[in-house]
Amino acid sequence: MLEVSGITQIFGGVTALEDVSFSIRKGDITGVIGPNGAGKTTLFNIITGIYTQTAGRVVLNDTDVSGLPPEKLVRLGLVRTFQNIELFGGMSVLENVMVGLHTRSSSGLLACSLRMPWSRREEVRIRSGALKWLEFTGIADLAGVTAANLPFGKGRMLEIARALAAEPVIILMDEPAAGLNSQETLGLAQLIRRIRDLGITVVLVEHDMELVMDICDRIVVLNLGRKLTEGIPCEIQENHEVIAAYLGDDD
Amino acid sequence: MHRDLLKFMLFAAMILAAPLAFQGGYLMNVLVFVGINTMLAIGLNLLLGYCGQISLGHAGFFGLGAYLSGVLSTTYGWNPWQAMPLAAVVVGSLAFLIGFPILKLKGHYLAMATLGMGIIMYIVFNETIDLTGGPSGLSGIPNLSIGSLDFDSDVSSYYLIWSFTLATILLTLNLANSRVGRALRAVHDSEVAARVMGVNARLLKVQIFALSAVISSLAGSLYAHTMTFISPASFGFNFSIELLTMVVIGGLGSIYGSFLGAALLTLLPEFLRAAQDYDIIIYGGLLMLMVMFMPGGLVRGVPDLFRRLLKKGGDRHA
Repeated sequence: MLEVSGITQIFGGVTALEDVSFSIRKGDITGVIGPNGAGKTTLFNIITGIYTQTAGRVVLNDTDVSGLPPEKLVRLGLVRTFQNIELFGGMSVLENVMVGLHTRSSSGLLACSLRMPWSRREEVRIRSGALKWLEFTGIADLAGVTAANLPFGKGRMLEIARALAAEPVIILMDEPAAGLNSQETLGLAQLIRRIRDLGITVVLVEHDMELVMDICDRIVVLNLGRKLTEGIPCEIQENHEVIAAYLGDDD
Repeated sequence: MHRDLLKFMLFAAMILAAPLAFQGGYLMNVLVFVGINTMLAIGLNLLLGYCGQISLGHAGFFGLGAYLSGVLSTTYGWNPWQAMPLAAVVVGSLAFLIGFPILKLKGHYLAMATLGMGIIMYIVFNETIDLTGGPSGLSGIPNLSIGSLDFDSDVSSYYLIWSFTLATILLTLNLANSRVGRALRAVHDSEVAARVMGVNARLLKVQIFALSAVISSLAGSLYAHTMTFISPASFGFNFSIELLTMVVIGGLGSIYGSFLGAALLTLLPEFLRAAQDYDIIIYGGLLMLMVMFMPGGLVRGVPDLFRRLLKKGGDRHA
């Protein structure tokens, strides 16, 4: 599904990532974990086209997508959410999700200005599609609220709804549980499982170990810019290297 | 959607009926300028209010449209109806080409670059004396006409200009409430998130820059054919700033706001003429007060003011 091979990223002499490789299976929920500064977010930014890596390749469904910008990746079915939610604050909740359907619609500048019949039909389709995703994430009652006024937890749901509206094959979430209370985290875990049940592959960078151990099928551990290990949750929990990386080494 | 259309119809009816109330005369002439400035403010608002990209050089596009149309019809004897669209295409293409490198810049740097662009165009208007007449201007520009109807009187010019302005308002309202309009606002609010959602932010910014230049160019051509005389002084840096003020005072990201801003800034100096030497001080003071107390512009501030006044009245009764 998604294959990362030999990713190296150097920021002005500082090596943030060194030769990181792993692959993600279709239909899995994969967690990427590691202590602060391990390079998780950098890795995410490379996979999702925000940064361009110094070396290495990213392959999505047998297509080399290394260095493609995010607006191209979403057309290949890869979307992401952000650690500090990036909403369109001035727009309503519904409009935010409607932007999510941007790649699922095509009316241009002229057709929109003239309100051509097909662009009007498309607008109806966009609206109903967006509502569907608001219902899926359980925030349909907030459709008319301005996004900037949402509480943080709802904003997170909105960001996920917006990403789903693009009908991705794979969704990458950067710390989706950050800033959520325990109730909201439980809801998130359920939502992530329901997303997987739609046949969408999920990758998350996460600090909340309970959540990761609970929902992930596989886990990749990064430390100091290198891959430490990978495996299923119970293997990771018992791996001494991982424990040492998190708690510090006794030697 | 129906409510939006109704609002527009009401607005259009008001505009079309205005000449009956004013019975021609000097004020009609001023209202022609309100129409032209509304077009310009809407053009700039698409870029600044919706897409969040500043331009301090839009007077240049306005001037370029005016001069292309003026020179083609005066010196080369073109029909103004042919000169106008050609000018718009040329200005639009030029903006598209300039837009690609320039809109990579953000914030203050974009402001500087567009400022430079406007100043260069101003210098060109001034220095290509053989073509434009230089600082003394270009006169004898023909009026637009349809058959035997010549748009040379105040009332006929009013209807000519305002049909273009109303069309601009309708089309840009449609655009604002569409997929493209949402993409524009998305780029404004979070460019990175917009890109992740598949919006080609770079191309969209250039497209809207070009569209905004096309609207400015059309307004310029209309200006030239209505005034029949143009000179570089009308297209300088000062006017770019005035346009920016119209957009901000009227309300960023609102088409009707652009009309309010353009109307206020065009009409205010006329009314303040009674205050003679103090007019510029009052003008400046009013603008400062409005920005302080109506940061959302007239289009949001005035209804807000009414609501507050009504609430106060209600409290007194209680």
